[in-house]
Amino acid sequence: MDIGWAHTGTSVIASFFASLVECVEALTVVLAVGSVRGWRSTLAGTVIAIALLLAIVAVLGKVLAHIPLAIIQFVVGTLLLLFGLRWLRKAILRSARLLPLHNEEAAFQKSSMAMRTAHGINASWDKVAFAAAFNITMLEGAEVVFIVIAIGAGSAEALLSASLGAAAALLTVIALGFMLHRPLARVPENTLKFAVGVLLSAFGTFWVGEGMHLAWPAADWSILMLVVAYFAVALLSVRLCRSQSQSIPTNAARYQ
Amino acid sequence: MNWIKKIFGELFGLFVDDGAFALAILVWLGIIGCASFYFGFSSIRTAGVLFVGLALILIESTIRYARRQHTEQK
Repeated sequence: MDIGWAHTGTSVIASFFASLVECVEALTVVLAVGSVRGWRSTLAGTVIAIALLLAIVAVLGKVLAHIPLAIIQFVVGTLLLLFGLRWLRKAILRSARLLPLHNEEAAFQKSSMAMRTAHGINASWDKVAFAAAFNITMLEGAEVVFIVIAIGAGSAEALLSASLGAAAALLTVIALGFMLHRPLARVPENTLKFAVGVLLSAFGTFWVGEGMHLAWPAADWSILMLVVAYFAVALLSVRLCRSQSQSIPTNAARYQ
Repeated sequence: MNWIKKIFGELFGLFVDDGAFALAILVWLGIIGCASFYFGFSSIRTAGVLFVGLALILIESTIRYARRQHTEQK
């Protein structure tokens, strides 16, 4: 399938921002583990998990090449829709203040506390630090792998675009982590999740439609039309939710 | 091996948060899929119907959540 700029550009952007959110969450825990337990074992756990994830992407990429495209588009599109719409729903509820916002600073403090109380802190090879860093990188990284494969499911070019977006996000977060040595608490995470939810839902809808052989107006440019349409629907949902919760003055105050 | 279980649990949680919401999406995709496969509805209009259905499911789910919060507050 020959893909145009509309497809490549949105693939890179969607993959970059979705991966950025996951990388920020992983960085928070890795920084907490490293600053409390030391960096040697923490970085080893992180690097090995990243290497394992890259191997998974390479293997899955090759496996997907042998499956008929319509099946991949339908299955991956369905999963991407479940994933993207779930993400968008949560972001809408957070924007309407019906759910609390994610707090990286609080997550950092919680992880730091857990690491201080764990045993074996002075050992030359810190198993706790290694396992904690490995686990969080694998958990958040597995989400990144899914996002890359789902967005890039259409072709090798799309997979490459999505991989580049994810790699750029990883490098950005690593660079910021080295510079700041603090969790990225100022990243507007819910705004990012809102935008990424819109992008992933648009991709999911497009893929599912392609898998069902539905005719899209303007071919690949339909992705951009879907992005605009989902954005409008999400804004409308926030308004409707706010109007529902305005009759409960204590509800908004709960999450201040 | 515990981390493998954790990853699978986490992966399932990626797709299903609110069961009714996930089920509604799957049912809608099934309906459009059947309409397309068995009855040959594959026009631009069907693609539009696919989107509109998903958008309505999203709006209904968020409003349902807001109403539930409202009821719990009472």
